[in-house]
Parts: sequence; C-alpha cells; structure tokens
Amino acid sequence: MSATTQSPTAVGSRTPSKAQRLLGDRRLPVAATALLFLVMYGVGLGRYQYYGFDEPQVFLNLFIDNSYLLVAAVGVTFVILSGGIDLSVGSVIGFTTMLTAWLVEREGLPLLVVIPIVLAVGAFGGFLMGYVIHNFEIQPFIVTLAGLFLFRGLCLVISKESISISDSAVSSMAEAQVSLGMGFLSVGAVVSLVVLAVAFYVLHYTRFGRRVYAIGGNEQSALLMGLPQGGTKIAVYTVSGFCSALAGLLFTLYIQSGDPLHATGMELDAIAAVVIGGTLLTGGSGYVVGTLFGVLVLGLIKSIIQFEGTLSSWWTKIATGVLLCAFILVQRVMTARKKT
Amino acid sequence: MAEPRPVLQMTGIVKEFPGVRALSDVDFRLFPGEIHALMGENGAGKSTLIKVLTGVYSLDGGTITLDGRSVLFGSPLQAQQAGISTVYQEVNLCPNLSVAENIFIGREPTRMGRIQWKRMRKEAAELVDRLGLDIDVTAPLSSYPLAVQQLVAIVRSVGTGDSDGQGSGTKVLVLDEPTSSLDRDEVQELFRLMRRLKDEGVAILFVSHFLDQIYEICDRMTVLRNGTLVGEHMVADLDQVGLIQLMIGKALDQLEELHDQQLHSDVGETLLTAEGLGRTGGIAPFDLEIKKGEVLGLAGLLGSGRTELARLLFGADQPDSGKVTIGGKQLSMSAPNAAIGAGVAFCSENRKAEGLVPDLTVRENIILALQAARGWTRPIPVAQRDELVAKYIKALDIRPANPEARVGQLSGGNQQKVLLARWLITQPKLLILDEPTRGIDVGAKAEIQKLVVSLSEEGMSVLYIAAELEEVLRLSHTIGVLRDRRLVAQLANGPEITSSRIMETIASGEHQ
Amino acid sequence: MSTNSRWRALTHHHLFWPVAVLVFLLLVNVPFTPDFFSVKMTGGHLYGSLVSIVLFGSPLILVAVGMTVVIATGGIDLSVGAVVAITGALACSYISHQADQNALSGVLLAMGLGLLAAVVCGLWNGFLVARMGIQPIIATLIIMVAGRGVAQLITNGQIITINSDPYKLIGGGYWLTLPFSIFVVAVVVAVTVALTRRTALGLLIEAVGGNAEASRLVGIRSRRIKIMVYVFCALCAAVAGLMISSNTSAADGNNAGLWIELDAILAVVIGGTSLLGGRFSIGGTVVGALVIQTLTTTIYTIGVPTQTNLVFKAAVVIVVCLLQSPKFRAKVFGAKFGARFGAKGGAKPAVAETDTAASTDAAPKMEVS
Repeated sequence: MSATTQSPTAVGSRTPSKAQRLLGDRRLPVAATALLFLVMYGVGLGRYQYYGFDEPQVFLNLFIDNSYLLVAAVGVTFVILSGGIDLSVGSVIGFTTMLTAWLVEREGLPLLVVIPIVLAVGAFGGFLMGYVIHNFEIQPFIVTLAGLFLFRGLCLVISKESISISDSAVSSMAEAQVSLGMGFLSVGAVVSLVVLAVAFYVLHYTRFGRRVYAIGGNEQSALLMGLPQGGTKIAVYTVSGFCSALAGLLFTLYIQSGDPLHATGMELDAIAAVVIGGTLLTGGSGYVVGTLFGVLVLGLIKSIIQFEGTLSSWWTKIATGVLLCAFILVQRVMTARKKT
Repeated sequence: MAEPRPVLQMTGIVKEFPGVRALSDVDFRLFPGEIHALMGENGAGKSTLIKVLTGVYSLDGGTITLDGRSVLFGSPLQAQQAGISTVYQEVNLCPNLSVAENIFIGREPTRMGRIQWKRMRKEAAELVDRLGLDIDVTAPLSSYPLAVQQLVAIVRSVGTGDSDGQGSGTKVLVLDEPTSSLDRDEVQELFRLMRRLKDEGVAILFVSHFLDQIYEICDRMTVLRNGTLVGEHMVADLDQVGLIQLMIGKALDQLEELHDQQLHSDVGETLLTAEGLGRTGGIAPFDLEIKKGEVLGLAGLLGSGRTELARLLFGADQPDSGKVTIGGKQLSMSAPNAAIGAGVAFCSENRKAEGLVPDLTVRENIILALQAARGWTRPIPVAQRDELVAKYIKALDIRPANPEARVGQLSGGNQQKVLLARWLITQPKLLILDEPTRGIDVGAKAEIQKLVVSLSEEGMSVLYIAAELEEVLRLSHTIGVLRDRRLVAQLANGPEITSSRIMETIASGEHQ
Repeated sequence: MSTNSRWRALTHHHLFWPVAVLVFLLLVNVPFTPDFFSVKMTGGHLYGSLVSIVLFGSPLILVAVGMTVVIATGGIDLSVGAVVAITGALACSYISHQADQNALSGVLLAMGLGLLAAVVCGLWNGFLVARMGIQPIIATLIIMVAGRGVAQLITNGQIITINSDPYKLIGGGYWLTLPFSIFVVAVVVAVTVALTRRTALGLLIEAVGGNAEASRLVGIRSRRIKIMVYVFCALCAAVAGLMISSNTSAADGNNAGLWIELDAILAVVIGGTSLLGGRFSIGGTVVGALVIQTLTTTIYTIGVPTQTNLVFKAAVVIVVCLLQSPKFRAKVFGAKFGARFGAKGGAKPAVAETDTAASTDAAPKMEVS
C-alpha cells in the first residue's frame, strides 16, 4: 500500500472550537429548562415557605399530579423528534378514560383485562394514523386532527354522560402509595417515571431510537441511507398512541371516572411541555429528560398559582403561553446563531 | 496486461419514460480498482443510467451482472446490500447526528439490542483514520462544512458491511457529481480518498462536469449522447477536444463567432461602483466598476466568491462594509429592493430554490419581478400583461409557448429563459447572471450567450458568471478574477487574454 | 369540443371535487326531509334548510377565508379560536358595562375594541413569523394557549350575557328578509376576492407561499405581506367572534370558537388549497366551509345521534384528504386515474427535465439527463 498522504493543516482548521461546540450543544436548552425549574422552585420556597411549600411532598406531588401529562408528553416527544406532530393526544386520553370506565363499570370486566385492551386500542389508533401519514403522504397535522375528532366522537358514542368508577381494584390502585421515606409517590407517578426511563433507553440505546432522530434530522436522507423510514414513522405514532392510552389510564386512576370531555386540549399542554423542554418542533433535536423538566415547570406553575391563592386558574394558561413564547424565542436565537 | 474480469457489466440497457426513450441499448462495464468517468451533456442519460444501476428505476430491457451473477435491484437499499453504494451531489446525511452515527446508522454495533456507543465511536474513528481523514467523529455533522460532509458520506458508503458481517463490502462506488460544490483543496482531498479506495480494489464510477478533474483522476471513460453509447475509451487515449466532440458533436462552432463580435462593441460611462464592499465569510472587501453596456465576466473556481460577490452587489446578502452607488445614488443594502429599484436584476444560479415559483404559471413567473416593483396595489393591466408575456415567450423562444403552463414542468433551459424574461421585462440597467448556462442543453446555452451579446449592444450592462473560462472569455469586455474569496484582478479582455493567462492569475492570485 | 374533453375540463376544475361533495351531502338530505331545498317566507324572513346552513356556517366561512390567505403564504394560524374568544369577551364586557346597552355608539365602540384586539393579535403573530422567522405553527400556538386565558381574564371566568339589540343584529338579526350575517359574510368574501384578485396581492401571496427565497430575490416585501395576512386572518376571526357572541348574546371565554381553527383548516383543505402554501382558492374554501356545515346539518336531519357528529367529521377529513393524495389515487384507482386528475391538492409536482408530455405521476421523479 502506498504511504499515507496527509494534509493536516487543511482539515485541522475545520474542527470546531470548544466554545463553539458548547454553544451548539444540543443539551443546552435542557439545562436551561432545568435551571428555570430550580429558580422557580427557589422562588416558591422563598415566598411560600411558611405555607408548607418546603415540604418534600409538595415536590413529589408535582410528579403525582402530572404523571399522566408526563406520559403523554413522552409520547409526543417521540413524534416531534421524528419531525411530526400529534394532535390526537387529548382525545385519546379522554377516550381511554371513557372506554376504561365503560368496560369496568358497565361491562364488569376486571381491571387487569381492561388495561391491555385499552392500551392496545390506543396503540392501534396511533398505528392507523401513522399508516395513513406514511402510505398516503398526508400531513401529520391533518391526519392527527382527524384522530382528534374521531376519538372525541367515539367518547360521545360510548356515553354522553360521565361514568364514575366505583370498582375496588381501581380505587385501591389509585390510593396505593409508594413510600420514599420523606414522602410518597402514587402508582401513576412511578409508572410515568418508568415510562420516562424506558423512553430514554429506547431513544439513545436502540437503533429504532436513533432512526427517530435521523428522520427528524432529514427525512429524505434517512430514506436514501436505506433506513426503514416508513416503518419508523408508523412506529412513532404507535408509540404516541400507546403513551396517550397509558396516560389515559393514569388519568382514570387520578380522577376515577370517565368523561367524554376529559383532557380536552391536553395535546397543547403536552406539546408545550415538549417545547419548553428544549425539543425543536422541527424535529431531530431534543431529549426526553427535557420533556420531564418541561412537565415539571408546567406543574410548578399550577402549584404556585394554587399557593398564591388570589390568582385564578386562567393565569396558568397565560403563564404557559408566556413561557412557551420565551422558549421559542430563545430557541430561535440559538439556532440562528448556530447557522452563521 | 490481460484485462481482468469486470466487476460490473451492464448490457443492452433500455429505459423508457412516457414519450421519451431515455436509454437505448447502452452497454457499460466497470473493472475493479479503476476510476471510470461517465460523460455526457445534459439529457445524455447519465443520471438515468446511474438510477437504473442503483435500483431507483426499474429496467425496461437489458441485463446487469455483478461479479458474474445476474442481478436486478428493486430499491437503492438492495443495491447497497449487494455492494453498490452511491453518493450524490447533495449530501444525504443527517446533520443533527454525530459523524460516527452518520457512518453507522442503520447498522450500529449492538449487543442484545443495545447500541455500543464506545465501540461505534472507536470503529468510526478507525475507519476515518484508515482512509486518511482527520475528522472528530463525535462532533455533530452540522459542525463541518459541506466538503467534509461529503467525505463522511463516502466513508459511510464504503463502510457498509464492516460491522455485524452484513452485506459484502462495497464493490462499486458511484459518485454522482460530488465535486460541484467543493473548492480546489477539498476536491484534492476527495481525490486522495478516491485513490485510496481504488487501491483497495473498489470500482468507482465518477460523474463530474469538470473536465480537468476527469483527466486528473480517471482511468477510463464511457461517453453517452442522447441516451445511446458513443464509446468507451481509456482517458489517456482521448484528448479533451476529442472528448468534447464525442459529447456534443457539431455544436461547438456555433459559439465561435461570438468572441470577435463582442470585442468590437463599445462601452459607455460608469453605471455602478462598489467601494470596499465585503462580507465576513463571503468575500473580502473589493472595489468594482461596471460601465454602461459592459459585460463584466467573473472568473474563478467554484467557491472562489463569484456568487458571493454578485449577491452582495444585489443586496441578497447584507454587506459588513462598503457601499454601492448606481448613477451617483448610494443604495441601501438591507434587502434586494433598493438594488432592484435602481435597475439591477439578479438571476440566481439556483433556479429551483431561488428563482422560480414552480406552482405558478409561466405568465405569473414572468411578471413577478415587474409586479413586485409596482407593489400589490397596482396590478399590471391584463392586456398589457398578456402582450408583454407573449412578446418575451416569442423573443426567447420559451417552449411550450403556453403562458398557462406550470413553470415546474418546463425543461431546465426553458426555466432559465423564463427567469431571464422575468428580469428583462423590468428593463434593468444591470443584469447579473449567475451560471445561467448550467444544467441546460447546448442549444439553449448558445441562445442565452447570444442574448447577452445583443443586450450589451443595446446598452445593458451584464455581470456574467460561468464555471467555464471559455464562456467568460468569449463574452466579456472585462474579466474579474477571483481566488479564495478575493477579487484579485480585473483584466480588460483582448487578444492577449487567454484561458491560460486567467488560470495563471487565479493560480498566482496576483494582477500581472 | 367533445363531451369527453368537456368532462375532463370539468373534473379538472379545482372546484369540482369540493362542489361534488357538497352536492352529494345536500342530496343525502332529500329522502329524509323532502322539502329540504324549499325556502319559505315567514313574517318577512326567509326560512329553510339552505338558509340555516349558510347562517350557522357564517363564522366558519369567515375564519376559513382568513385562514386561506395565511395558508397560501405557507403559514398556518392556530390562534383564531382564541381570537374569536377574546373579541367576543372584549365586546360583550364593554357593552355590559354600558348604562344603555342599546346605544349604537357603545356597540360600535365595543366592536371597534374587539377588532383592535384582533389586530394586535395578528400583528404579534405576523411579527413572530415574519420578523423572528419562527415556524407559523409554533408562533401561533402561543396565542392559542395564552389567548383563552386572556379571554377568561376579561370575562373574569364568567359567561357575560348582554341585552343589546344593535349588537344582536350581526349574528342573529335579519335584513332584507335574510339573516344579516349572510350579508356580512358576502361582504367579507367579496372584499377578500377583490383584494387578492383585483390587485396583485393574490399573485404575491402565492409567490411567497410557493417559493419564499425566490420571492425575496425578486423584491417582494414578503414580511409586509405575511404580517398583512396574519392581521387579516385575525380580523376575520374577530368578525366571526362578534357574530358568535352576538348570536348567543353572551361571551364565553372558554368555549367560544373552540376548535374553530381546526374546522377552518379543514375547510381550506377541502377547498383544494395545499397546506404547503402557494395556489389558493377563496371559492373553494367557502365551499369547504359549507361542506362542513352541511355535514353537521345532515347529521341532525337524518336522525343519527348528534354525538356522532365528530366521528363523521373525522371520516370526511380522511376521505377528502385521501382523495386529494396522489399516492392514494395511484394505489386505489391505478396510476392512469391518478395521472389524469393530476396533482390538485397537496402534491408539489416533481420537476421533470423534459417537456410537459413526459411529466406524469407515473414517474414522479423522472429526470432524463
């Protein structure tokens, strides 16, 4: 073999500097959200210390009260990372509460049978949407919009009234507590954290997870690189459908009823949490850990407004909007700087 | 030396599209350890042949044998698995992932389904190292310039089969115009990689519009014209003139008369001056003067700053320093609008992305610039509009001559003419043409060059950018020479100015 | 001209499919309500199913018309529902504070206030999209999320009811035997068509949506145009908001205009305007909005339980989108059919390097070179 000819000068200068790499680091937005959470929590501690804000349980309640949102947001993270969007989340959650309540209360099925059924239904719904999106090349926005209408409509087909659940298995599971010494978590919170961990593993340590990032980065390239881009897309929506159904189950546990209007608009909360968590809505960049912080920030806003007492609930929406705006602007500035 | 057995043999290839026979009875063969150029003008069938080979298109006739076995690929993936990898002009990688991931994605080393990141990074680093490249494989791909991304794409394609024992290793590497957006050093780096792969026994099919590159790197070439095989030659046995004659046949002399014509016409007083105009990362500050009726040609290698200079003059990019004056008035450079208002027109080299609105009709595309100048409140009266459009469709011979046709469906040459018509209708004082003849057929090329001459005779100034030096020489009164993003010289055209003189200027970077 | 080519010209028309769906839906009603198409005069007012379809569909038509021009620039406006709520809340809360709720000046001022708020929302959306370069779907998400909070803030979380006759006119009154809102819609549609097709605005909008960079380089002030369309869209939503609150004489920050953005986008898509931007059709959008309203009415008249309304709507979304998907047509009806009807909806045609004859859907990425 011939001797290696090198031109280190030509290539060496192109390696980005450390400062550049730090600024361009995709983990930066997640760190920013985490920091925001800590600051907000610190402010909360300072302001409401004497009202019991400093109790560990207040912190743990963030996980308990938002477990369903976290699970739903994790599903949405998959979709957004792949460059798509899922508007059907809230409806699927609502439908799951109705289906669960109906199967348990009206049909008398045991909860253990109902759980796999509703999860399968949610995953199948997501699969169908993914199938249509991929095979007929219709925008995800429109297809999942149809999903939003469909599942909300199916809620109403099951019943126009809400169905409360009095099944003992449900209530015992809802009331079960996992002690952590300084406080406790609900079953839902534990499930949501497990989902988060699994999602992290899948996204970073499996080929499927990397494909999700790849098609979010450049779908055309992913196709030409020989990645099964269609299958990945369908799988992503299936994951989202599954997560929505699981979130619906957690919501059922949390609220112990099924209602055709449950979780209306929750897709917006989930998308907001994902964006605040530092995931680019254009796809290909972001972390589920960021989504966790996004959910915690949203939850913390609700807690603070409750502690404040004088503020009405609609301030939650306004604050979410303002935060969303701030994060979108920051993301915008950061990506703009990276380009030049 | 006895010829070894070809690794790839394509015999009697036929490919038809509705109404068009893109390939008829084409033979092609490729030997291991050779770099083989596929030559031909636009429409010759190069891309079609490559797409048939790589499984993008199905075959309408003929056979393909790889390593002596008859093969038929239903998809690029199948071709890739059989050992035929392709790297296209546009880098088809994921900029958001690391270099290592881009090399390995889809075949990452795993243990029980878990990706072994450490092993992947190590193997990627080794592979990059073995091919003589110095790239940090953990950095995101987007942090590297396009040229390096292209090298990574090649590393990826030849790395197929290196892990998990999948595939059979790359036997054939197809490089479809990989050099069109690289500068000279980057091309050399690419060539070094190609030679390395050649030594390892890979057969490389290379497509490039740059003749010099072909003669530098290739061993053998196959020439196509109008979908048929013209011949297969050793590069050493066929000189450039011979090759050009094979590629385009008789069309060459059509352009010869132009040069003399041009040199006789006169230029008028100063139209535009640029002083200290520059932009970091674009082009170093330069001074420039364009006279009325003058054709100013820009010569320089790709990436030397030709396009950047033109974009600055037009206000398409915002300059960091300097000013532009037209007719004594200084332009605001925050947007192209001021330049357009002062009579500057700019036909981008990138017709699809920066020129045409493919969904709109020929008519709408033609009147767009004029309408933009008039503002939305003053539409062009219908009668006047139709008359103007009809006039320019006729004058430039745009086909189909149907103003209602969607412009996206036109051929490259006709799209270029639509762009020209769009600006000519505004009767500009200075027309900037960035590679107006790229990717269009020879006939349309000659028409556009003739048009430039007649426009100049009518008193319009033209800033003309072309990749081919001959083209610039033939048309220009003055030639601006660029090198490494600097305007290094402005030469008055004359009999003593030749391609080699300009090349020397580019090479030395000095005004001699 | 043979019948065949006439038929082709007809089916090729961009309004063919939307109108066909509308006619089909209208005809479905006839077996259930034989006098479906009759219009009666009672007490000086015209009544009939057709009149009520237009009446109830009015707010949706307004919002959808505004949405059309936004989508044509390659954008989308998710905030229209929130704007509907804010406008209604502002106007009603202003009127409710007046001593004389019937005073014309107060009502006009209230409406002006509502429209002004919409202009602010539109400017904000336009600023984020055109100035900051944020994706429209994200930029307008902000007001979609925060706007309902603002509306509730204005109404203090209550449903404000008012009793004002002049205000009632916009959404519930009659004029020249017809519902007044029909005139409002007619005027808005006429103004929109005139603005886009009598001036060059339509062309410039389509150019910006079709190729933003090319538009910049020909000197189109696309920022200005984008801001204009977002303001226009918000104004349309505001008029719809006034109409809705006027019709019910109440402002409900939570539920007024809920999901109307989704219906509006749907109407635009049914009308044949691609979500990718570029070519748009106001006429198509009006037909699309009427299709959605007719669907709702039809579900009532044929006696299907009303709660299944949403399921039907989902079915229509899917059917319409599938019919517009070239890939679906090619798969189901065969390549010939798909090619014959051409890419009308979402598909951007691939650029073929040969003449037009060779460019069909059968070889979408053909490039002979």
